Amino acid sequence: MAEETEALSALHVLEYNYTRSVGPVIGRFLTGLRDGELLGIKSSSGKVIFPPVEYDPETAETLIEFAPVGPAGVVTTWAWVSQPRAKHPLQKPFAFALIKPDGADTAILHAVDAGSEEAMKTGMRVRPRWRKERVGFITDIECFEPEP
Amino acid sequence: MSDPVTGIITPVRLEYTYTPGVAASRFLKRIASKEIVGQKCPRCAKVYVPPRGSCPKCGVPTEEEVTVADSGTVTTFCIVNIPFAGSVPVPYVSAHILLDGSDIPLVGLLQEVAAEDVRMGMRVKAVWVPDEELAPTLLSIKYFTPTGEPDVPIEKIMEYRDA
Ligand SMILES: [Zn+2]
Repeated sequence: MAEETEALSALHVLEYNYTRSVGPVIGRFLTGLRDGELLGIKSSSGKVIFPPVEYDPETAETLIEFAPVGPAGVVTTWAWVSQPRAKHPLQKPFAFALIKPDGADTAILHAVDAGSEEAMKTGMRVRPRWRKERVGFITDIECFEPEP
Repeated sequence: MSDPVTGIITPVRLEYTYTPGVAASRFLKRIASKEIVGQKCPRCAKVYVPPRGSCPKCGVPTEEEVTVADSGTVTTFCIVNIPFAGSVPVPYVSAHILLDGSDIPLVGLLQEVAAEDVRMGMRVKAVWVPDEELAPTLLSIKYFTPTGEPDVPIEKIMEYRDA
């Protein structure tokens, strides 16, 4: 009788691949990642915005002057992920952190592989761990890791 | 210098664990043996395929199971002209098919017929996958195809054409 009252269950996957054109500024940033460098952009007031944006957030002027930053930098805030999910950047406990590379005035969100929560500190210095095969995507940085 | 990056592909993926419920599960299990089972409302006597366990009109549980035919009548249809990943060649016809013995049409693919030859009232029958490929899924019905019988007069399917 079990067959008669048992409800079936199946995996149902909904998946869309969006192809996005990235424009000249994010395109340059992603090209930089592929080449293993971090590029910010100078704002009208001389601040370096990283990752780069196309328009000045205060004056709305078009921004064109790129500036290399980091690649090492400082953790400005973080949250520990004790149980990573399948789509997370690391498959072991890690921190999502805002990282401000040296020479930049803003921070980027990325993963930090610190080994343990105790090893994480606001203000700690980290550097990118680059992938060997890079394609021009944010995951070209596998994660950040503490500077030795 | 290598080419600059101009685009990226960002996948959006959602994984659902889908359960059709007990009534539709029983329907799907029978599909695996080429039997199409609906449920009859004890109050209004309508037969629902696939069954959902209750009558949406009367709000009462439907427990009586009835086997319906794998042949039926096209109540309405749509000609698809835009292909998508994994679709059959366009133009093709997606039809509402009122299986004989049921009171609600189900959606089926029509094949072995030119799109311009499909009509409301056309008689069709299921073409099943080979026996070794039968499984508890509607994919066990490959598609529907015309039987060649005379069309059902439109008056007889008026009640169902918008369902
Ligand atoms: Zn009813």
